[in-house]
Amino acid sequence: MRALEKILVEKGYVETAALDRIIESYETKVGPHIGARVIAKAWSDPSFRRSLLEDATKAVSTLAEVGRVGEHLVAVENTPQLHNMVVCTLCSCYPWDVLGLPPVWYKSFAYRSRVVKEPRAVLADFGVVLPASTEIRVWDSTAETRFLVVPMRPAGTDGWNETKLASLVTRDCMIGTGLPKNPGEVA
Amino acid sequence: MDGIHDMGGMDGFGKVAPEPNEPPFHEPWEGRMLAMNRAVRGLGAWNIDVDRYGIESLPPRVYLTSSYYERWFLRTVRLLAERGLVGADEMEAGRALRPGKDMGRGAFAPADVERVMRRGSYGRPAQAPAQFKIGDRVRAKNIHPKSHTRLPRYVRGHVGVVERVQGCCVFPDAVVAGKGEDPQWLYTVRFDARELWGADADPTVKVSVEAFEPYLEHV
Repeated sequence: MRALEKILVEKGYVETAALDRIIESYETKVGPHIGARVIAKAWSDPSFRRSLLEDATKAVSTLAEVGRVGEHLVAVENTPQLHNMVVCTLCSCYPWDVLGLPPVWYKSFAYRSRVVKEPRAVLADFGVVLPASTEIRVWDSTAETRFLVVPMRPAGTDGWNETKLASLVTRDCMIGTGLPKNPGEVA
Repeated sequence: MDGIHDMGGMDGFGKVAPEPNEPPFHEPWEGRMLAMNRAVRGLGAWNIDVDRYGIESLPPRVYLTSSYYERWFLRTVRLLAERGLVGADEMEAGRALRPGKDMGRGAFAPADVERVMRRGSYGRPAQAPAQFKIGDRVRAKNIHPKSHTRLPRYVRGHVGVVERVQGCCVFPDAVVAGKGEDPQWLYTVRFDARELWGADADPTVKVSVEAFEPYLEHV
């Protein structure tokens, strides 16, 4: 590995400082806090929620603190009747501009193989149990479309501002393998 | 290709194991590997579709027994060699034995980073009107191309419903085959779990894939 970097630099293909900067971006700038801001805004602002569900790329790009995201971002909303989950069975496609790098479990053979066939069993691995009547929808990211799950706003959060709401939004609830935190966990 | 990477619906891989407070990288070399791959792609050496095919082409035994970033390493070394950018003899020697190939834009520098930190743009003008519309029943074709495709095996031969039309996009199959971008209409096609997995499947489950028009036929 070190040899490869040395060779790429010696041959004039890359500068070490550029590699450092890419790593720094993933470690300090891009992450699920971006998606959490988007979700908190959707929970607070009905017109933003509508725009987000209509064209997520466009809606998210209007948020100054988030900035431009890639094309073909699609927000899918959970309801009491419907729960959305996202996977890439073929590789590891993930909306990393709003969630950061995918966790190891998202890239794992277990998740990729099972979630399209037995999503409730996969949810159980995450400690999530949904009513038997809830429809489960799994989105397999087989092209450049990227999906962001909009979870349901937890009860007991009336009057919360966006910053406080964002603290309830976990990475996993934006992939669909988790639910937002309970208000009591962050109060 | 009908490769090991096409995992949807396989059994035997065990439970999903979430890791609390997972860091972006578990070892520093993983970050170096990711960054090197992004940088080389940023030079225009190859695109994301070729990258994916590079991983799919690893022997199944290697694919299954390597970590995620080990697969990236094997893929990147192989593509660099195939394109004459880094020789196998140089990897062996652990140092450059020849000057680099001119990629037309100089070394990948810090000023180039912002560009690769944005997801690429894959929408393209349509070459022809869309053949399918929302609500159409369509069958995923029973095709088994030897090269790169993004139609997973578990939907092939099955009937679903067009739920969204996602515009016209770069067609990965054509890119990897060296036939250019050949933009195709892209659809979200939704399948009932019982259609995919049989009568015993959970009736509350639906699964969708993003399917390019050449993957689909009218029912």
